Amino acid sequence: MITFFENIGRGLRLKITRLGAATRLFFTIISYSSESFKRFNLTIREIYFTGVLSLIIIIVSAFFVGMVLGLQGYYTLQKYGSSEAIGVLVALALVRELGPVVTALLFAGRAGTAITAEIGLMKATEQLSAMEMMAVSPVARIVAPRFWAGIITMPLLASIFSMVGIIGGYVVAVPIIGVDEGAFWSQMQANVDFSYDIVNGFIKSLVFGIACTIIALFEGYDAPPTAEGVSRATTRTVVTSSLAVLGLDFVLTSFMLTV
Amino acid sequence: MKKDLIVSIKDLAFGYAERQIHRKINMNFHRGKVVAIMGGSGCGKTTILRLIGGQIKPNSGQVEVDGKIVHEQGRKGIYELRRKMGMLFQHGALFSDLSVYENVAFPIREHTDLNEAVIKDLVLMKLNAVGLRGAHNLMPTELSGGMARRVALARAVALDPDIIMYDEPFAGLDPISMGVICDLIRTLNDALGATSIIVTHDVTETFAFADYIYFIADGIVAAEGSPSDLKKSQLPFVKQFIHSEKDGPVPFHYQANEYISDLGL
Repeated sequence: MITFFENIGRGLRLKITRLGAATRLFFTIISYSSESFKRFNLTIREIYFTGVLSLIIIIVSAFFVGMVLGLQGYYTLQKYGSSEAIGVLVALALVRELGPVVTALLFAGRAGTAITAEIGLMKATEQLSAMEMMAVSPVARIVAPRFWAGIITMPLLASIFSMVGIIGGYVVAVPIIGVDEGAFWSQMQANVDFSYDIVNGFIKSLVFGIACTIIALFEGYDAPPTAEGVSRATTRTVVTSSLAVLGLDFVLTSFMLTV
Repeated sequence: MKKDLIVSIKDLAFGYAERQIHRKINMNFHRGKVVAIMGGSGCGKTTILRLIGGQIKPNSGQVEVDGKIVHEQGRKGIYELRRKMGMLFQHGALFSDLSVYENVAFPIREHTDLNEAVIKDLVLMKLNAVGLRGAHNLMPTELSGGMARRVALARAVALDPDIIMYDEPFAGLDPISMGVICDLIRTLNDALGATSIIVTHDVTETFAFADYIYFIADGIVAAEGSPSDLKKSQLPFVKQFIHSEKDGPVPFHYQANEYISDLGL
């Protein structure tokens, strides 16, 4: 019985230690950021890798999510005779929830794992040590540009997701099902509020961007320098990021709805 | 006038919570010399390089580089010291996303404001010194182990360091590459007027070109001297190491229970 509690305590202590280490990494990144901003081309390169190369998966997923929303929304709304509201439903669902959340989940799976594996392997092959020995900080040169790239990329990807999703919803609702095009767009325009819906969605994706990127970077930076260590760290990136995104989404939504 | 003694290690002790690695190490490295640190696997040879580079701090004692105590330096001070050092890692540690040319140019770009034409000349000169000028467009994945190590050597000496550290430079190399690396270590050391510190357990190569050798065992310097002195040494550990004897002061068997009791007999 004592061993059972010992194990819980040990596990909990380990989690808290890792949370502390991740927080410390976060502040170290902030303190090194001015150095990495001086060479912003490194961040731009990372924006290309994490953002531009994620576009395909974001666009395709968004289109399908939008189409499914259109189908499901129409099915329910037409029971109440308000199928014209389909535009609002699709737009609000995407801008407020699905855009930021699904983008963050896809980002964690596509870009987050790549970041963890890359940094973990750089550590395992002593590239980070080599950089340190050349009097070049790996945090300034490798970690900080990826961090800022993640933060810049996430809101952009989320807005592209919402936009493409709305197009997906439109394709199903208007040309295929036959909902009135004017009603689809005008109801959307009338009921989607910029400062309430769009800005809140933007804030969410910004927070998710910070969370997903810092988790991916920390897992890579902290990974044991072995094949097994890197593979476990990569898995942890997806699991922790996904849970963090869903948990943070609830917290943020509850704040946003009460304010 | 530069001091002759460039690195000195005094009463150094280092260990992790679960294992003491160094108990009391004293070593001196003079300018222009090629000094080898030898010892069995896991005796803390590479750790000494990391202590000199300030990547870890000693539990007690000190490492002095160019008159400065390494562990007392802040981040800026350590980085200043590291600019005087070049290090060749065991497997090269080349940046896999950069070409051979960019790898060698990396420290130059980071620490100088030289224009591209000068950087190009410097990089090609360094690559020429290791015989790989023709490979400057290749990526690290396209190189053999020996070539990767030579590129890493060119990168380590890119800024003409005072101290060049080598971590197992011969490990896993074929005899030809091994000979090339041996030759390069000596040539580069003499051409740059640097001090080379080599961590290795390859006896034949090291005894052929090192000026001075330290043997580490049980956390202390077990023996030291020039290769010719050490060849004559009657110390059991040195004899076992030099002649590759299976058993001796360094036992063949890792510490274990009685064989019979482990087999349940």
